[in-house]
Amino acid sequence: MTTMQLKETPLASWHRENGGRMVDFAGWNMPVQYKSIVAEHMAVRTKVGLFDVSHMGEFIVTGAGAHQFVQFMIANDLDKLTGPNMALYTQFVMPDGGTVDDLIVYRRQEDYLLVVNASNIDKDWAWLKKHIDSFQDVDMINVSDEVGLLALQGPHAKDVLSALIGRSLDDMKAFTYGSGTASGIEIGFGRTGYTGEDGFEIFVKTAETEKLWKLLLQAGAQYDIEPCGLGARDTLRLEAGLPLYGHELSEEISPLEAGIGWSVKLGKSDFSGKEALMRQKENGFKKQIICIKAEGKALPRQDYAVYAGQEKIGIVTSGSQGIFVGYPIAFAMVPAAYAKVGQALSIEIRGSQVPVTVVKRPFYQRP
Amino acid sequence: MGSSDKVLSYPAELKYVKTHEYVRVEGNDATIGVTAFAADQLGDVTYVELPKVGQTFKRDEKFGVIESVKSVSDLYMPCSGKITAINEKLASEPEIVNSDCYGEGWMIKVALDNPSELSDALTADGYKDFVVD
Repeated sequence: MTTMQLKETPLASWHRENGGRMVDFAGWNMPVQYKSIVAEHMAVRTKVGLFDVSHMGEFIVTGAGAHQFVQFMIANDLDKLTGPNMALYTQFVMPDGGTVDDLIVYRRQEDYLLVVNASNIDKDWAWLKKHIDSFQDVDMINVSDEVGLLALQGPHAKDVLSALIGRSLDDMKAFTYGSGTASGIEIGFGRTGYTGEDGFEIFVKTAETEKLWKLLLQAGAQYDIEPCGLGARDTLRLEAGLPLYGHELSEEISPLEAGIGWSVKLGKSDFSGKEALMRQKENGFKKQIICIKAEGKALPRQDYAVYAGQEKIGIVTSGSQGIFVGYPIAFAMVPAAYAKVGQALSIEIRGSQVPVTVVKRPFYQRP
Repeated sequence: MGSSDKVLSYPAELKYVKTHEYVRVEGNDATIGVTAFAADQLGDVTYVELPKVGQTFKRDEKFGVIESVKSVSDLYMPCSGKITAINEKLASEPEIVNSDCYGEGWMIKVALDNPSELSDALTADGYKDFVVD
């Protein structure tokens, strides 16, 4: 047992009472699995799963200067959100190109909602605070402790949420935001997620999080909904080719090096990190995150060495069984010269060189 | 770190070691696998690396590797001996370690060098106390 006091979400007791295997994740006491990672992974790919992600951070930015401030802090273009109730995926970038965090920005009626990684809440807050004074008429509050966040993911996510709020969600586009009432509980939700499936991330007051969780499980019962832990969240995001901060993105890894250049808009007005990212784009970057498919059954895992012939060229940043695709998969950081799709490399697993191939991202794309 | 939600079983006729392998002794032969506690802690087993028939091992030597989605662990010999059989079924169905670790999910069969080596192995109750603490 650790002596450090772990933080808990409003669902911690529910998780413990319902077979959740609790682990320390970034200082939070979170369920890594209930039944099994494989069962939960498959539920999300084929039916529907529900995750407690209340540990994530939420900041609300308001004021006439909010747009200008947020636009400067992120690498994506806030102007793509042409009206309220729209969202985008982006990063905070340091002047040297390193990544402070990745996040989703929601433009709502009256404010911007920034959803950041649990492990980076304090760092992000300090980073934003450091810059906010250069902007006029902008306020920011950290509402992380007042907000519960549930991720409802899978092909039946739409049916479950729709039944609960009593209206069709057929016309709601990906990366848009909406609100509703579920048995008297006010909720906001984005059509977003971190699994590669259709789904929703649902915001609710801390005090009503457990009630909403139970309502979602009830509404999902006819679709065999499974409560899912962080283990399946990790294997799902990996299969979907999505980076995880601290692995494929970090203060040493820029969004371009992470292979998510699609979310970096160098053509927009000045933003934090722009010059460094422009230099990386013009001069090419030295290292790059690649997707790897491994032969055999042994799993590539974080920090295993990657080889080109006899030469050690990089390391695995995340690796696991591709549970739905059915073979071992990994992200790795290698010199750009070895990043081409089809490149043959090897990974050292317990003293043996296991042949691997660089493949196209993502490993899994929903039909 | 015992699991509160599942009742894990530890058959009385087996012997157990603290590295979480069990031994089923029949005369001079032994069948070895991992305990229900180990299988439960590992979660979904994806791969079991086993030795070759004819190899010999001393007690406490590493004889294989068990890998799950979550983690990877070495397998240790509870007793010295020569491998007489390995469970070929694990190559295609590693998940039987999770579903039936004491039956279908066995790993190796061994001709024991010295059956008295197992006199200090744990009983089912002794092992249960060990993993509950």
